Amino acid sequence: MIKAILIFNNHGKPRLIRFYQYFAEDMQQQIIRETFHLVSKRDDNVCNFLEGGSLIGGSDYKLIYRHYATLYFVFCVDSSESELGILDLIQVFVETLDKCFENVCELDLIFHMDKVHYILQEVVMGGMVLETNMNEITTQVDVQNRMEKSEGGLSAAPARAVSAVKNMNLPEIPRNINIGDINIKVPSLSPF
Amino acid sequence: MALKIVKGSIDRMFDKNLQDLVRGIRNHKEDEAKYISTCIDEIKQELKQDNIAVKANAVCKLTYLQMLGYDVSWAAFNIVEVMSSSKFTYKRIGYLAASQCFHESTDVIMLTTNQIRKDLSSPNQYDTGVALTGLSCFVTPDLARDLANDIMTLMSHTKPYIRKKAVLIMYKVFLKYPESLRPAFPRLKEKLEDPDPGVQSAAVNVICELARRNPKNYLSLAPLFFKLMTSSTNNWVLIKIIKLFGALTPLEPRLGKKLIEPLTNLIHSTSAMSLLYECVNTVYIDVNTPPLPSLSLSLCLYLSLPPQLCVQKLRILIEDSDQNLKYLGLLAMSKILKTHPKSVQSHKDLILQCLDDKDESIRLRALDLLYGMVSKKNLMEIVKKLMLHVDKAEGTTYRDELLTKIIDICSQSNYQYITNFEWYISILVELTRLEGTRHGHLIASQMLDVAIRVKAIRGFAVAQMATLLDNAHLLTGNMQRMGICEVLYAAAWICGEFSEHLENPMQTLEAMLRPKVATLPGHIQAVYVQNAAKLFATVLKSQEGNTDSTAAQETSQLMIDRLPLFVQSANLEVQERASCILQLVKYIQKLQQKDVEVAEEVSALFAGELNPVAPKAQKKVPVPEGLDLDSWINEPPSESESEDEQPKAIFAKEEPKHSRPRREEVDEKELAKRREARKQEQANNPFYIKASPSSQKVYQEAPGVEHIPVVQIDLSVPLKVPGLPMSDQYVKLEEERRQKERAEKKKKEKKKRKEKRSGRGKKHDSGPESEEDITPAHQVDIVTEEMPEKSSKHKKKKQKKEKEEKEKKKKKKHHHHHHHSDGGGEEAVQNGTVEEEEPLLTSLKNKSSTYQVVVSVIFENKCDSFLKSMEFNVLDSLNSKLQRPEGSGPHDGLTVPFQLPPGVSNEARFVFTVQSIIMPQKLKGTLTFIVKDSSTHEKLDFKLHFTCTSYLITTPCYSDAFAKLLESGDLKCSSVRLEGVNMPFHHLLARICFHHHFSVVERIDSCASMYSRSIQGHHVCLLVKVTVSIDAKCDEPTLLGNVLDEIKQTFSQC
Repeated sequence: MIKAILIFNNHGKPRLIRFYQYFAEDMQQQIIRETFHLVSKRDDNVCNFLEGGSLIGGSDYKLIYRHYATLYFVFCVDSSESELGILDLIQVFVETLDKCFENVCELDLIFHMDKVHYILQEVVMGGMVLETNMNEITTQVDVQNRMEKSEGGLSAAPARAVSAVKNMNLPEIPRNINIGDINIKVPSLSPF
Repeated sequence: MALKIVKGSIDRMFDKNLQDLVRGIRNHKEDEAKYISTCIDEIKQELKQDNIAVKANAVCKLTYLQMLGYDVSWAAFNIVEVMSSSKFTYKRIGYLAASQCFHESTDVIMLTTNQIRKDLSSPNQYDTGVALTGLSCFVTPDLARDLANDIMTLMSHTKPYIRKKAVLIMYKVFLKYPESLRPAFPRLKEKLEDPDPGVQSAAVNVICELARRNPKNYLSLAPLFFKLMTSSTNNWVLIKIIKLFGALTPLEPRLGKKLIEPLTNLIHSTSAMSLLYECVNTVYIDVNTPPLPSLSLSLCLYLSLPPQLCVQKLRILIEDSDQNLKYLGLLAMSKILKTHPKSVQSHKDLILQCLDDKDESIRLRALDLLYGMVSKKNLMEIVKKLMLHVDKAEGTTYRDELLTKIIDICSQSNYQYITNFEWYISILVELTRLEGTRHGHLIASQMLDVAIRVKAIRGFAVAQMATLLDNAHLLTGNMQRMGICEVLYAAAWICGEFSEHLENPMQTLEAMLRPKVATLPGHIQAVYVQNAAKLFATVLKSQEGNTDSTAAQETSQLMIDRLPLFVQSANLEVQERASCILQLVKYIQKLQQKDVEVAEEVSALFAGELNPVAPKAQKKVPVPEGLDLDSWINEPPSESESEDEQPKAIFAKEEPKHSRPRREEVDEKELAKRREARKQEQANNPFYIKASPSSQKVYQEAPGVEHIPVVQIDLSVPLKVPGLPMSDQYVKLEEERRQKERAEKKKKEKKKRKEKRSGRGKKHDSGPESEEDITPAHQVDIVTEEMPEKSSKHKKKKQKKEKEEKEKKKKKKHHHHHHHSDGGGEEAVQNGTVEEEEPLLTSLKNKSSTYQVVVSVIFENKCDSFLKSMEFNVLDSLNSKLQRPEGSGPHDGLTVPFQLPPGVSNEARFVFTVQSIIMPQKLKGTLTFIVKDSSTHEKLDFKLHFTCTSYLITTPCYSDAFAKLLESGDLKCSSVRLEGVNMPFHHLLARICFHHHFSVVERIDSCASMYSRSIQGHHVCLLVKVTVSIDAKCDEPTLLGNVLDEIKQTFSQC
């Protein structure tokens, strides 16, 4: 079982948190801080497995993480999951993000947390792996997004227009801030 | 109507959406919290509107805020509203929010049952999908029970998308509602052969999770999984199935043999699998055995492959440059170690090599393996290597881990592998030099254990412990080493108990009675005091043998001089022991002056040898006649209570829990009676500190000698305790010893051979020594079930206790005095040259039942050197505690966030939590700092005084409310006279208002009524008369007494 999925950046700012077991909000933040502390002090060329998170889990639990450019993807899992399998799953998840957002970068996750959640929901459900086939995942996500667009119809059009205007007038349009792309093109376990 | 919709959507254009919120937060980096709180206000407004689009937008934003740590449970009902929207867009937002913040105790969940049922049966598969996904996160036992049937139907839905989700969620339903497992299982089994690979994978997933909890019930599915393993091409499914077989094969050994073939087939046919490719591409090229390293290697164990072979393959993994494979290899190795330790032991070199890895995860794994690899032969070598790592390791967690592992390795199975205990003791002593370790108590317990159980080592251990005691300041000098001073507990006890082995008991006795000892934690001081008495007995014995009797008298005098320090201790245990022993020594001194020989009798107090007791020894104690352990002491609780408590057996049968006997209900009257009795008891108990004017006075008059701060200078030299042998020596010695033994053996053998030579041919040399050849130098007392023969020690101690008890009673009153005079120091303690501190209570904040007090401390540097690395620490009391950052221990100090150049002052704030406010608090603390030029640690003791007044808040009160309050009869009365105050009445009132936070309610000519409230809502009412007497009422008499005392003190100072 997967107990939690955390995505945070190099400074420990959470970009997505998904707990499959209840923790109160302040505990969740503590877990994020602790996990970040553990993960961030590790070099890039060490292994991707980590034991010893004291707040979440216990001896049976392990942190499995991958570091892409500015983001850490951390899965907290128990011994029923295969370590390499989860590493692979993270890769699948990130590649799916890359497909759905077209060259994903940290800003996509910042501004579209909800969409990232919807994608994750097609990969993991209630702590168990639902789908590992990338094509299947993207198909389902696309269909649902299309449904949302068609529902929006006329009433959503003005809102979209305003949103576009808002973006135009602002000096900082998200795409222009280059925090760095997530480099995901290398489908191997070698360190990034 | 149409207009309304248009208007709604125009309004909506100007609401912030999620992107705007995120952008706003990013633009308000400085005042993020403030910005978010205005956003939350906006969201609250939006949630009040009728437009569901606005609401959904608001809920979406809340989901984001939840991620940032804001509690959004207040919007739970709005979330349910959005969930029930007919539009997929909004429904999805609602379910997402619910899955993020709903949990079992969210009460609105019960409102969702029907909505979820409707969504589950929706014609739109995505409505159903969203509902299933959400439900998987917040399913409760009620929801599981109500919806189990609906979900079960969905397991045969036409769309595979729904089927796989329904199958997966069934696991959650089983967890919450175990009864559903039986009816659902046939269908679940059916899904293992579903045409859709996704559904199949989900079913395998669920069954694997179930089987993990209780594999036996799923043995019957083995053939089915067998088929799946050969037919499936899905990595996930294969991984899960292999894991499942890993759990099943130990239960059914025949399965192992059957698995070999399909597994080999799998290995050869899976080259296309991305997973296989990834795991194996580096390793697999020249090794044509299992490719899925972690999985298949663990499988090899269950199959009948020889473990030797497995380990060989693992070695290749571990030697690989890929850190992940290295880690997994070590992980699998530790599994093999459990069953086949011998085959792993030959790879010791590799494991030790991994200890040098830069990656902590790998080092920890390697440490784990070492535990099982030690033998008598290699223990010293391995530990030596580990000790080197201890020295090198940075980061306390890893060092602590190393420390515990060293002790684990050495102490495993009754010190089976230790051949030389002198070596072990010196290892332990070396470990005490670790900085900042938290495992002082672990080392201490090992020292005690070894010293008690290995009789031959006692002489050596005592000598080592005496040196430790002598150098105690090196261990306790730094606040950060608080954990390690536990070792002194063991050292003091060993020196006292086995004092006959001491070379210079007098020196040790002096070391144990140093004034610095009083800074140690209470339980350690107590042991010091008790063992000082034991040492005293030994010293007396040796001195009385001489003709010179003055030496013995001097020793008694030493005890009498030093013990009063402990009699004043704040720790009851220390106080009690010290005062008993002090009286005893005084009595001894009296006898000595009459030239009576007392040494024999004194040492009789501690006579008898302490024997280790087996853990099961208690069983051997016969039950006294007439004692029935099974009968109830009180009336047994009625059976009906435990009936509704069903055993929560989920998948395996669990033993029904025994319901605890509950306390009988006590009615109000009885409670009141008990409370009254308790109060009475407290009033008579001298250890309950009550506010009585007399005691206040006593400490004002007490001479301030004790409060002159003693500044001890600790030199921060590296902790090399002089005179302690290094453990390395023992490694050499041990080698020599073994060599000698071997040589002797050879000699013997040669002799034998000579004798036999004539009869037989050549006999080859005995080769490398085997395990059994090494004889331990010391024998451990491995206690089995026998009771120790001599348990006289316990009896003797008891007698002594009784004796002490009598003396104690006489002394109790005396104690009480001391206790008070102890706490009565000045608020700020001045250290001649260096600096002065002024604690000020500035603000109070309440937080549930504990209250926070913020103390501003002004540090002023009065000397002319630069001060740095200031550390502020306070000895917590039960009632008041310094708030320390997370993760730091209760004795850690707080770093003062600045340095002080000469003549400069600065303010730092410290937060305390206070539980009860009715009594003033005095906290002892120390400030350590480094004077730049001398670079030595200096220490300054101070006391923080939290007066009761500081808990009062000036609160205005109207006269009629005031009158009502007085009439209510809830308040207790007390009065006080202020002597020798001659100031105008309004000055007097102003003074009370200013210093004690009161407000004047009403003033009539010669008297005035005043009011204040405590932060816990106690009312304090005063009636002040011109004749300078104060009548006061308050609902908490203790608080009132203290406040009055403080008022009195204010006026006695002017």
